Parts: sequence; structure tokens; C-alpha cells
Amino acid sequence: MKPHTLSILVENRAGVLSRVTGLFSRRGFNIESLAVGPCEEPDMSRITIVVIGDDEKIEQVMKQLNKLIDVIKVSDLTDSERVERELALIKVTAELGTTRAEIMQIASIFRTQIVDVGAKTLILQVIGDKNKIDALEKLLRQYGIKEFVRTGTVGILRGSKTVTSGK
Amino acid sequence: MKTGAKILVESLQREGTEIIFGYPGGVVLPIYDELYDSSLRHILVRHEQAAAHAADGYARASGRVGVCLATSGPGACNLVTGIATAYMDSVPIVALTGQVPTNLLGNDAFQESDITGITMPITKHNYLVKNAGELSRVVQEAFYIAGTGRQGPVLVDIPKDVSTGLADDVKLPEKVTLRGYNPTYRGHKRQIEKALDLLGHAERPLIYAGGGIIASNASPELVEFAQLASIPVTTTLMGIGCIPCHHPLNLGMLGMHGTEYANFAVTECDLIIAIGARFDDRVTGKLETFAPHAKIIHIDIDPAEIGKNKRVDVPIVGDVKAVLQDLLTLMKKRDAHEIWLKKIRHWKQHHPLKCPTNGALHPQYIIRTLSDLVKDKAVIVSEVGQNQMWTAQHFCFHNPRTWITSGGLGTMGYGLPAAMGAHFARPDVPVFDIAGDGSIQMNIQEFGTIASNQIPVKVVILNNMYLGMVRQWQELFFDRRYSYTELPAVDFVKIANAYGIDGMRVESPDEVLPALQASLDCDGPFVMDFRIEREENVFPMVPAGAAINEMIGGHPRI
Repeated sequence: MKPHTLSILVENRAGVLSRVTGLFSRRGFNIESLAVGPCEEPDMSRITIVVIGDDEKIEQVMKQLNKLIDVIKVSDLTDSERVERELALIKVTAELGTTRAEIMQIASIFRTQIVDVGAKTLILQVIGDKNKIDALEKLLRQYGIKEFVRTGTVGILRGSKTVTSGK
Repeated sequence: MKTGAKILVESLQREGTEIIFGYPGGVVLPIYDELYDSSLRHILVRHEQAAAHAADGYARASGRVGVCLATSGPGACNLVTGIATAYMDSVPIVALTGQVPTNLLGNDAFQESDITGITMPITKHNYLVKNAGELSRVVQEAFYIAGTGRQGPVLVDIPKDVSTGLADDVKLPEKVTLRGYNPTYRGHKRQIEKALDLLGHAERPLIYAGGGIIASNASPELVEFAQLASIPVTTTLMGIGCIPCHHPLNLGMLGMHGTEYANFAVTECDLIIAIGARFDDRVTGKLETFAPHAKIIHIDIDPAEIGKNKRVDVPIVGDVKAVLQDLLTLMKKRDAHEIWLKKIRHWKQHHPLKCPTNGALHPQYIIRTLSDLVKDKAVIVSEVGQNQMWTAQHFCFHNPRTWITSGGLGTMGYGLPAAMGAHFARPDVPVFDIAGDGSIQMNIQEFGTIASNQIPVKVVILNNMYLGMVRQWQELFFDRRYSYTELPAVDFVKIANAYGIDGMRVESPDEVLPALQASLDCDGPFVMDFRIEREENVFPMVPAGAAINEMIGGHPRI
């Protein structure tokens, strides 16, 4: 059982996302993370889904995804060289004159951006893979995280290989 | 400019639709108005579930796409069981539903239900049409998707303002192309060669033939392949009819209520050629002990079925007819597996299906009598439960598409409406619905449809005043605690008569043949109420979770 990153190219139509996610829930898969957005083809969208399961189960879910009429292509990026990123926004308690300096130091080590400075809070924007964001969250917890917002993972193959419709 | 309703009816006719099973209602009024003077035949059912089953029965008996039509909300929801039934058995139907006008969508309007959302897991695909201009293209795609690849139901939801809206004719392509849908029809050459290699080395091969053979009209190829390679054939419930019952290589059905010899053969074979079958739990029993000595070749049009339940040695994705044709071209005739075939003949001789004869009215006898009477000149539809299993076991099927039953979903109430649909596909032969007293009452209102349209369905009710299959499980596995499975006596002949249908009650074996003959002599529908031995069981039986050679109710193993 390991996380698999699936890149799914779909028709950009109403209801496609629920067809895809419905298939996961009905076949007993928990989606770890989900990201959807437009892609290089104007009438298609790309969905990146991270799901945990053994190889056989993942193969079955990919075959089932391929059966959906609105799914154009499904690829498992897991065993390929790839870049994966998430983005998180973290609103952390940072009173002036107390912990603010410490937090800003951590922010700099993690190469995050401070995107909002309030009287009692800072908002940090961090981009990285899952582990980096988990690590930062853990570190900041002691200062008091007021709100934590995180996107799903997006992934792309390194080099010239692509996950496209092949047209 | 034409209305959406007119475009819809013209589109259906362009797809070759000759009959629709449906039920009117508020938002489909424009469509029904268009049907009023159309040449499309419409059969008014008494409940929308029956419309879906009738379209399904029509599709199974004819091999064409069946069509049903219902209004929004409750009408659409009533189709759901029928659509799910078709989905589980890969039956091509197009279900048309009315929907509230687009400006009210999502508004909890009167008789609104999100039927595309509801049917997402039980359709091959579905559409919510947003304007009249796209209707003809959607209908064309719906028929194409339903009837190609692994077939299945497609739903088209049509808001009222789309039916009344105006649009110009759209030029449609000759052939539908969908970039997300490209079924594989031809098997991979290298895989076919690997399969031939395994076939060449097998000593105890067995064909496990499923409904995919019927769906792809591949029965002639299957029989030729079995004969040329000298391989015995066992069929699933859905595959019955793909090889004639009396063919020396036919072992009958395998699985939970399969024949002893079929299940023995599975357990002892060294090669299984699974064709258009999906290793369902009712077939395999305990998976680990299913075909423990066998290598497996699996031929199926749906790649998702291959390796789903059982590890496969040689997967071949393709239309089973095309793959069998390729195999036949490349295969050399080989010597009969004489030792293996001899063993199978021995099993067949010593472990036949039992047909009790003690003077009481036994259902097996009724089925065999019917089988002898109609021979290959009938379509047999069943309900679900004991009636279904007795028919599958004891009726001798000669041809594909003459056995119509709800396999995957196991839908009680399927038989009567499916038999109505089957009649319109095969008006040349009598259609029998083999029912239990439980399942017939799940859609008994369709007596109204067969009466008013004089649809000559012959209903055989095997009446034991129990929900027989559940009672059998209670007897065997719940210490005879018959919890809510006893049904009070119903006079089905009186019910039939109330609808204007002739009928007959039968209480002893010597009345069986005359009653069946009377049903054939009657031009219209006919209902027979057979008061059978109440606690008759379906045997042999593999208890749930057991290995399939561990049957109860069979013969002592010799």
C-alpha cells in the first residue's frame, strides 16, 4: 500500500468531476488529495488524484476510470520521474514582540512567502511536496495555527514525456 | 425549425427504434403529443420499472437497443431498478426521462429528481440535454454507446423546455467518434498466440462461457471452437443457450447451483478458457479454491474484468466473436483429450441433476415437461430465485437469446415485463415467464399491460407460498427459522381473470401437460398457478463461501 499519483485527462463538461470521484467512493477508495483545473487543451481538464492502495487495486481503479466516456486518458505517475507540488496557506498566531521573529525565521528557512501581515497573525504561503508542507505545519503548530488551507497535489512528468490526449 | 420532441422522435426512428415502453407524465407531455401520430409503437406499461425491464427483455431477445420512456421525478426514479438490472447484465437500453424545465433545475421543483446523478453508477453513460439543438447528436451517441463495446444502459434526461424548444436539423456524422471511448475489438496477436500455445499443451482444458458470447452473437464460433479443440464447455447463468443443451461437450451451468460435473471439471481442469465471463462470486464460490490447478486464458471486451477477481495467465481484450474467429483461423485441429472427456462422461453419468418423482407436484418436472413440449420454439424468461435456478438447470435451451433472466442484479419482478419486451422481439414464438409466487407479485400490475395489448405471454407460477430461495437458505443455514418468508395463498387465476386473462390452477403432475398445452392453444396471455411441493429445494448447492466442488444435495462421489 503506497500513495499513487494519477493524472486524469477529462472532457471539460458538467458532472465529470462527480463521475470520477463517485467511482472512487463506490469502489471503496479514499482520495488523499484532489486537484482539478484547465490544461493545455481548451476543452479538456486535468485532474490529479492521490490515492492509497496496492498495485492491483490501483490498476483496477484506472481501468474503471478508463471506462468513463468522459475520461480521455489516465496515467499513474507514481513510478516515473516527476515533479509534485502542493500549495498551502497558513494563518499563524504571531503577536508583535513575542513569537513573530521566530516564525519569520522558520518561514525563511522553508522558503515560504509571507503574504499577509496582521496585528496578531501572519499568513504564510508555502509551495512544496507533501512532506515539506507537513513538516512546516508541525513546526508552526506550537505557535498556534488559526487556519490551514491546502491544495491537492499536482504532478507532472520530468523530461519530454507527457500525459496528453495523444492528438 | 422543429421542436425538441419532434427531433427526439425522428432521432429514435433514425436509430431503427420500432417500439418504446413508457408511461406519460407532466414534463413528457410534449413528447407524448409527438408520439400520438407517430409511426413509433408505444406500449403503455402500468409502472415505469416494467418499462425498463421490457426494453431490457426486448434488447436481450433481439440483440437490438431497447428503449423506455418515463416522466421526471417518480417516473424516472421508478426506472432505476430496471436500469441497474440492465447495467449488471450489460444489456443495451436507452432510457429517456423527462426533466423539469432548465430554469427550474436544482430548485426542488415539482417532480424534480436528479436522475443523471442518481443513475451515474448504474449507467454506462448519461446525458442531461440542455437545448433542443444538441438532442439529435445526444440520441445518436446514446445508441452508439449503449450498443457497442461492453453494452449497457444509457440515460438521456430531457427538460421540458428542451422538448418544446425549437432547433434546426443538425447534420450528424455517419459514424460517432468519441475521444474517450474506443473499445478494442480485435484481440492482440501475440496474446492469441500465447493462448494457442497453452491450448496445445493442456490435457484437461475447460471453456467457461459467459453472457459475452450471447451479447456478441458468437455462439456459432464458440461451438466450432469447442468442437475443433475438443474442449468441454460449462456456461454461466448468462451464457446458457450459447451451446445447445444436448451437445456432448456441454456440461451445463457451473457455480452455486451448477451441475456437479461442471463444478468437478472446474476443480480438476488444467486450463480454463474464460470467454465473456467475469468470475462472479456466484460462479467461483471460494476464489482461492476455484480452478486450483488451472492456467487461465481470459477473453473479454472489457479490460477492467480481466484480473479483477482472479489472476489471469493470458489476457485477451477484444470482442469474443472476433477473438474466437482469430483463434479458429490459427488453430490446428487436435486430438480429443480422451482421458479427460471420458472422466467427464463418467461424472455426467453418475451425477445427473435430480428430478424427484414421488407423485407430488415438483417444479423440476414442470420445467422439463415445458421443455419437452416447446423444444426450441420458445423464449423463456424467468423471475429470480428458485424458479430461475430450476429453469436454468432443467430447461433444455437450444439457441442463444432464448433464455432471458436477471443474473447480476437478481431482480425479482423482472420476468413478466421482460417477457412482454421479448414478445415484441420474437413475435414468432411463444414467450413464457417462469415465476414464483413472490416475484410475480413484484410486478403483477403488468397483467394489465399484457391484457390490454393482448401480449401472449404465458405465465408459469411455481407457487409454494414461500419466498422459496430465502426459505431454502433459512432451512439450511438458519435452523429452519422461517423469518418472514411465508406468503399467504393467493388465487392467481382470479387475479388474472380480473384483468381479463385466462388461467388455470394445477395441483397434480398429470394436469401439467394439459395446462401447458392449453396455454399454447390460447392466442392471448395465459396464467398458470402451479401449486408445487412447498419445501422443494434447489440442488445441488454450493454454500456461500465454500469451494465449488463442496456441494450439498448432490450424489455421493464415485
